[in-house]
Amino acid sequence: MKAPAGGWTTATVSGVRRPIQRSVELRLDVHDRIDHLPGQHYVVRLTAEDGYTAQRSYSVASAPGDPLVELFVERLDDGEVSTYLADVVEPGDELEVRGPIGGWFVWDGETPALLVAGGSGVVPFVSMLRHARAIGREDLLRIAVSARTLAALPYADELAAAGALIALTREQHGIRPAGRLAAHELIPLWEPGQTAYVCGSASFAEAATQLLETAGQPASSIRVERFGPSGPPA
Amino acid sequence: MPGPTRGFLGRRRDRDPRLPPGQYDAGTDWPVLTAEPTPRIAPETWSITVDGAVESPTTWDWDQAHALPRSEYRGDIHCVTTWSKFGTWFAGVSVDSLLEAARPTAEARFVMATSKTGYTTNLPLEHITGGKAWIVWEYDGKPLPIEHGGPVRLLVPHLYFWKSAKWVTRLTLLQRDQPGFWEQNGYHDLGDPWRQQRYQGD
Repeated sequence: MKAPAGGWTTATVSGVRRPIQRSVELRLDVHDRIDHLPGQHYVVRLTAEDGYTAQRSYSVASAPGDPLVELFVERLDDGEVSTYLADVVEPGDELEVRGPIGGWFVWDGETPALLVAGGSGVVPFVSMLRHARAIGREDLLRIAVSARTLAALPYADELAAAGALIALTREQHGIRPAGRLAAHELIPLWEPGQTAYVCGSASFAEAATQLLETAGQPASSIRVERFGPSGPPA
Repeated sequence: MPGPTRGFLGRRRDRDPRLPPGQYDAGTDWPVLTAEPTPRIAPETWSITVDGAVESPTTWDWDQAHALPRSEYRGDIHCVTTWSKFGTWFAGVSVDSLLEAARPTAEARFVMATSKTGYTTNLPLEHITGGKAWIVWEYDGKPLPIEHGGPVRLLVPHLYFWKSAKWVTRLTLLQRDQPGFWEQNGYHDLGDPWRQQRYQGD
């Protein structure tokens, strides 16, 4: 399957939401948009008056069928682009964007998938989940997410409603005591023929892939997206 | 070119001349970005093979590779995700030493680097010859950490860093270019940071 790829274009900011601290959800009306596959990302490029530019990649949270493209941006205190997007952008602003990009960390809507995310690593999985709902194939997805607290977990309500396993390291959640995600928690989510997707910080991704291999997931069927300080991917 | 973004001032005005366009200085950080699980490779099971369009396909094991003339790189590296890292220090052997033994044929024009994980990346031959590329096992005087491609990675520092394949085990010389892993997924075939060749068509 060849993933779609789009060139530079302009997007009009249609909505700005800040449902959790230190982050922003941007709803974008992308001009001449090419539909993405769940898991792909966009690049946002900012240009100053003197021509200086800065660009960063952000995962798409919306489904391909959504008329708008939703980007989730974690605000990093020293982030030149994320502080602008979180603090300055208003509806009606125009942004230069490029996307969709990336053909590896994508879900085709047909393969059983186990999705394991840490923190804002849930974003590409929200796109997959929304797409699965739109095509009536939520049965294909198993989701496990980890965060420090429920308040720090992006899209927490939506993930909980989808039956995601939610592992919180700093607080109890339902009957689950505070603690890191464990291999025995992933085993019930495992199915033969499944592709596993792991998304999160470098340390989370490393730990999660080891958990999956412990739980019997072949390394060749694990796809990983690690966030550096610079965001995903590559 | 589009106009300025409303209200965006940008931060770095006194740009370090070592920084290619669109890059920022990651300082002491060295972000880890990999598409697959990190493989655990014992040095005694590692080897590097040069094959394809060569007169003498050759494989070196750990000790044989270390017996080749040591070569170092001191300088900057640039990742397509926009971080750059100044003043790195890597050591290993020059790719020239490997090619000298394997002897590329007159038709060889490209190379595909392959990792233990199956990761691939393509490069024009002239971009890995003439002291421009290394196979490295040392960083800052210590063994190359596994998350950065240890025990051995390719190093092609004048191109974006996805070209510097981690856990490299094979260099296959080719007469015609073929896209590697990220190149099939929308990234540029050459990846020159000074020309911002991030994606296909840049």
